Amino acid sequence: MYAYFARRVLIAIPTIILISIFVFALQKLLPGDPLLVLAGEERDPEVLEFLREKYRLNDPIPMQYLAWIGNALQGDLGISLRSNQPVTELMAEKLPVTIQLAVMSMIFAMVIGIPAGILSAVKKGTATDYVANVVALSGLSIPNFWLGIMLILLVSVKWQLLPASGYVPLSVDFGQSIHTMLMPSFVLGTALAATLMRHTRSSMLGVLSADYVRTARAKGLSERVVILKHSFRNALTPIVTLTALLFGELIAGAVLTEQIFTIPGFGKLVVDAVFNRDYAVVQGIVLVTAVGFIFMNLFADMMYFVLNPRLRGQ
Amino acid sequence: MKTIKTALFTALMGATALAAGPTFAKDLRIALQSDADVLDPDQSRTFVGRIVYASMCDKLVDITPDLEIIPQLATGWETSADGKSIRMSLREGVVFHDGTPFNAEAVAANIERSQTLDESRRKSELKSITSTEVTGEHEIVLNLAGPDATLIAQLADRAGMMVSPTAAAAAGADFGLNPVCSGAFKFEERVAQDKIVLTKFDDYWNADAIHFDSVTFLPIPDTTVRLANLQSGDIDMLERLAATDIPQAQSDSNLVVDSAVSFGYQGITFNINNGDKGDNPWGNDKRLRQALSYAIDRNALNQVVFEGAYAPGNQSFPPNSPWYNSSLPVESIDLEKAKALLAEAGYPDGLDLEVQVPNSTEPLAVMQVVQAMAAQAGINIKLTSKEFATLLADQSAGDYTASQIGWSGRVDPDGNNHPFVTTDGGINDSKFSDAKMDELLNGARVAPTTEERKGLYDEAMTLMLDELPRLFLYHVTWIWAYNDNMKGFTPYPDGMIRLENVTWEE
Repeated sequence: MYAYFARRVLIAIPTIILISIFVFALQKLLPGDPLLVLAGEERDPEVLEFLREKYRLNDPIPMQYLAWIGNALQGDLGISLRSNQPVTELMAEKLPVTIQLAVMSMIFAMVIGIPAGILSAVKKGTATDYVANVVALSGLSIPNFWLGIMLILLVSVKWQLLPASGYVPLSVDFGQSIHTMLMPSFVLGTALAATLMRHTRSSMLGVLSADYVRTARAKGLSERVVILKHSFRNALTPIVTLTALLFGELIAGAVLTEQIFTIPGFGKLVVDAVFNRDYAVVQGIVLVTAVGFIFMNLFADMMYFVLNPRLRGQ
Repeated sequence: MKTIKTALFTALMGATALAAGPTFAKDLRIALQSDADVLDPDQSRTFVGRIVYASMCDKLVDITPDLEIIPQLATGWETSADGKSIRMSLREGVVFHDGTPFNAEAVAANIERSQTLDESRRKSELKSITSTEVTGEHEIVLNLAGPDATLIAQLADRAGMMVSPTAAAAAGADFGLNPVCSGAFKFEERVAQDKIVLTKFDDYWNADAIHFDSVTFLPIPDTTVRLANLQSGDIDMLERLAATDIPQAQSDSNLVVDSAVSFGYQGITFNINNGDKGDNPWGNDKRLRQALSYAIDRNALNQVVFEGAYAPGNQSFPPNSPWYNSSLPVESIDLEKAKALLAEAGYPDGLDLEVQVPNSTEPLAVMQVVQAMAAQAGINIKLTSKEFATLLADQSAGDYTASQIGWSGRVDPDGNNHPFVTTDGGINDSKFSDAKMDELLNGARVAPTTEERKGLYDEAMTLMLDELPRLFLYHVTWIWAYNDNMKGFTPYPDGMIRLENVTWEE
């Protein structure tokens, strides 16, 4: 088991290097000169030349890459072309915001998705099952940006219950922070709830037809114990893995959600950086996200071992 | 589950309480269309950055809504008889936010910084100043390479913003992370893409005119969300309301909508002689460009795309500008004339034109309407939508035939013309070159009186509309919406938000 994980970690290293090269090359393939935008409307040639030198844009691309990766290994991801702030500082500022959004969305997704999945598996083929399925499908099909704007118009403008957008850090005002984040995390959570519901349902269906469930019922156990204790626990393994992997999807969903609700997180940072050709910021974010995703996968694999004792001997 | 319920309930109760709560120590919350770039007047380039400066950094001079230049940190100025120097007297009793006194030395240091800092974007604006002489604690002389009628107007924007020389020397190019100026509000904190907070500066020379304890600028890019925030009371004011949202804002009795026509323009720039692509029928024959101009109904364009909120235009100044040549009003559509010009140029059956256009909603809508109008005259426009950075790169490299682009505008008329159409102009992407145009626009730079300058610009505009290296379409109107508790706001054509004498009445 340990050898297996050591191998997985070793494989991660070349993967990360490849990703970094890929990201760097993609950026260079983007059309448009970032400096023309940066130099201001007048585009003073003297300023342009100075900026080209400063950001090493006159060097050959492989040299630019080596300089960047060399600094990155020492924890220096460069400075934002647009705001002059160090990229690591920007990311440290944004990461907690997106994590908060992701965690809250995940709570929404689990609270809605898992019970709905269990219910629709237990009541398979009944009206409850169909209603749950239709709701789940709508959750998947309604675009985030539409749902977001509709909720803003209804909840913020009409009812004036929640702030329309913005962000308050948890450390500044815990209640207010949760309160501003409710709507965005609900929007992001509903789409995931649908995926989670479908998976819970199919996993539960598999378990419910197993012999030991029939035995449990034959023993005269209450339906509640049969479902929650005997079936759901065993159906949980794939759900836990899925939840870990869904965090990746959450980060992607956050890009759009943060844009609508003006939440200063990772997603908004990367969108603005791409549009402003803020190379250093885009590279830094993609690198960090990729590393994070690889570790999330690794974590999911480990969860298999923890939850399924039969794998441990292998 | 129970805890979640309780949390939800508490959160909802909190929201209700907040929505109803009165405010005493008033923090004014203003939503901006995008996030500002670096907050250093010498390095910054964005429009929204300038909105932040309007509260934070005083300038040597300011403008009135009618574009007259008025004193701010400079109380008076006098140009020498030969036009080669300007003697400026400065306001006394002014200090920067860090306590450094504002005086002639500080002005000299600021001009030097704008001219010599490697990262400075202000070099071309202050090019005519060759040296400065401190002639008293509050008097300075600016020596010029030659007469420059445009200089004072440059000092009404970022080039004239005074930063603390002490802070600037200590921070160098990183000044923007913690800017120190002398305006009504001082920098408190910035969270990128989230907010910029300024607090009232108690030692401000004009502190009595300031009635807010702090100002928070929040970038909210989506126009619908910006308006929703204003309607829900989360913000007090927003800039650049979408023209299509005006009816919705006006129907809300708690909101006020104000507007001012900007001094910038939007139009189509042609490639006249920029590289190989300049050698095309549209670049070679002005009659084709004239034909396109006659085929466009500018009033209809404004009605269709902007609900009539913007200003149709045919010159580089809007019709309400004192520099507008009123003998050349916006032409009405004339399809016969357009077709005749096409035939005269050898294209009786019409011809194609490829126009590159930024890939955002407004420019695309504008060009689709223009496309439909031009088709009636036989001009078949093909639109190539590009992301702005790409469009700009292609335009600057000459890889285009025509480009839908605009200019944010400058206080002095020189800024809207000279760089684009003089032979050596810094942003002459058309590579248009005409000896008469050079003579007129260079002349207007040094002409001593406003009347003489106006005459030269009138003549230049006649020539411009005949040659049409740039075909003007309309002028953006800045539209603000704000809570009706806010009183005393004055719209300015530069789109800035000036908070002097603005009050909040519950």
